[in-house]
Amino acid sequence: MTADLTEVPSGRGVEPRPPVLREPPNGHPKLPWRDRLTRLDVKYTPYAFIAPFFILFALIGLFPLLYTAYVSLFDWELGADEHPFIGLENYATLLADDQFWNAMFNTISIFVLSSVPQMIIAVLLAALLNTALRARTAWRMGVLLPYVASLVALAIIFSNLFGKQYGLINTFLNSVGLSPVDWQGNWFASHVAIATMVNWRWTGYNALIVLAAMQAIPREVHEAALVDGAGAVRRFVSITLPLLRPTIIFVVITSTIGGLQIFTEPKLFDPAGGSGGGFSNQYQTVVLYLYQSGFQDFNLGYASAMAWILFLVVLVIAAGNFFLTRRIASTGENE
Amino acid sequence: MPYRSNRWVMALACTAALAATAACGSSDAGTTADGKVELTVATFNEFGYEDLLKEYEASHPNIKVTHRKTGKSDDHHQNMFTKIGAGSGLSDIEAVEEGWLAQVMAKSNQFNDLTKIGPADVKPDRWLKWKSDSATTKDGALIGYGTDIGPLAMCYNKDLFAAAGLPTEPEAVKAIFATWDSYFAAGDQFKAKTGDKAWFDSAAQVFNAMVNQNKVGYYDVDDKLVVDSNPDIKADWDKVTAAVAKGQSAKLVAFGNEWNTGFKTSAFATKTCPSWMLGVVEKQAGPENSGKWAVTDAFPEGGGNWGGSFLTVPKQSKHPKEAAELAAWLTAPEQQIKAFTSKGTFPSQVEALTAPALLEQTSAYFGGAKVGALFAEQAKKVPAAQHKGPASGQIQDKVFNSALQAVEQGTSVDDAWKQAVEGSQKAAK
Repeated sequence: MTADLTEVPSGRGVEPRPPVLREPPNGHPKLPWRDRLTRLDVKYTPYAFIAPFFILFALIGLFPLLYTAYVSLFDWELGADEHPFIGLENYATLLADDQFWNAMFNTISIFVLSSVPQMIIAVLLAALLNTALRARTAWRMGVLLPYVASLVALAIIFSNLFGKQYGLINTFLNSVGLSPVDWQGNWFASHVAIATMVNWRWTGYNALIVLAAMQAIPREVHEAALVDGAGAVRRFVSITLPLLRPTIIFVVITSTIGGLQIFTEPKLFDPAGGSGGGFSNQYQTVVLYLYQSGFQDFNLGYASAMAWILFLVVLVIAAGNFFLTRRIASTGENE
Repeated sequence: MPYRSNRWVMALACTAALAATAACGSSDAGTTADGKVELTVATFNEFGYEDLLKEYEASHPNIKVTHRKTGKSDDHHQNMFTKIGAGSGLSDIEAVEEGWLAQVMAKSNQFNDLTKIGPADVKPDRWLKWKSDSATTKDGALIGYGTDIGPLAMCYNKDLFAAAGLPTEPEAVKAIFATWDSYFAAGDQFKAKTGDKAWFDSAAQVFNAMVNQNKVGYYDVDDKLVVDSNPDIKADWDKVTAAVAKGQSAKLVAFGNEWNTGFKTSAFATKTCPSWMLGVVEKQAGPENSGKWAVTDAFPEGGGNWGGSFLTVPKQSKHPKEAAELAAWLTAPEQQIKAFTSKGTFPSQVEALTAPALLEQTSAYFGGAKVGALFAEQAKKVPAAQHKGPASGQIQDKVFNSALQAVEQGTSVDDAWKQAVEGSQKAAK
């Protein structure tokens, strides 16, 4: 990379330097210091420019990551006088902890309930936004609005909607003669409610990303298919979807990472505002449990072990999704 | 090892907070540029100290006070425990709420004994006995000076009482609130007449008050967890869950949205009411329900307390003597009465309970009741301080509240009891 840079003919260091003038008058064999500085400049400045990210990442990303692994090997209670080393005991306890598996189940359940419909709606929404609508930009900006709104405000509004006794949705269900749903108490209903919050916020955002990719698909391909007599659905399935593959993979992976770390929505959904995720942990996610262990029970070692297990689970599921979406999105295209 | 790691944590915290570097540097010195002693006071919600601190600075020219206010009690206490863990960063005076006191007492070696460093004339008898006792360790160290308290009385909805044919005047309802048995019996009578209205807001709100009246709570005096062996707890549990089974509970989670709405729609007839709850009722029930709610100076089985705080001086403080002096001044009856007038924090000092400003306070919303005198009376009925173990607060707020909520949502009473016992054991671990 640096080699490429030195060959750039009009770099900042090269341009104002006519070689004749810089020639040392007494025929000194060494390059003058300004030249050497320039050379250093060209060689290392790019690193200096990208360094802030890596330094910050090392400080607030990598260091905590490694330090968490270290802490997870101790019985580390916040404020305790000593932290005895206990090896992998935190992990062993964790893997035998029913509450953890319950939290893992809830997380994955909420993740599936949110990501799957979200992806499908986002792609369809993008296809709609890609058609010749009136006031196209307004529509396109419109789908991003939920993303702009404050998450806390959204969660409060949604927990009002999903209230058991006085919530709007149950009031509506009552008025049309259906029996009300216990959105807090029933585990499945609570997962649906939380997934709805996630979908509301992220579908538009993902639709815009997919839309951008959709617009990059060359018209010629569509036209050729049109000439061959392919209908709109056929073109969408056989051309649009396969060509969206890299974007869909990206969106799926980011939503996997985000979805498995879901925290704010279930936390604010709890009417008592606690981290228990409902009275019998029916919607406690892994990060909520992690937060509860670390910052309410002050058991940092245990919380750190949980963070690492979650990290590994995210990696595995993201990798799984990567292969899955690659297969799904590649149908209709020979590889 | 912990020390090394703490340094790392500090270094990291300071680097991450580059924008606020001042915070990392100045806490060490504890003195300002012009040689004044700098004291920091960390409180949450409203303690009513703004004017008092200015007054103190004016009368003590060598002291500069910085007030660090946090909005929510939870945030304040989590922050405090994190800083105890980090070994630095605490304020010279840290406020501690009653619900978190047990956890602070479990780490009492991190706090100064105020009987040693505080002004000699400030004795524990400045406060109601149960108040100062609850902040005194087994070895007799006083960890915190009491600020305010939350003596319990009963609030009730007069309209609903009238509809059920119950008496409505504060004197006449006292018989209903004589014991828990009479309370729940009246609940049955109420249910029979009114049908869809509930007797109380949520089981946990009643159960917590009952447990806190017992001699022994979730822990015995040796800090042993006795949830499953203490017959009083099981007896309270049985009474409350029986009432839930009869439909007495409105099943509203306290402080949630639905609970707030419950006040507006008059969904329940009675509410366990610490002094500060009057403001909550007034706000949530709203002006349209003005005059419907009343409060009486009676509470089943005597009295109780819910809430109130203490001022502590952590060992991290660079100026513990000066800090203790300020804390003693702030919690003196005269100052606490001023805080009461400005923010309504109910004083815990014996002398303050006879102050005219307190005794003359009335509440227009509660039909002009003399609430100051009423709660002063209730404060004297609070039983002796119950011993709290390190996880008492969590067991009450997280474990039992959840288990009772589960009962309200249809979990069987036995399963919920199992959930409560197991949860307590886990929390106490």
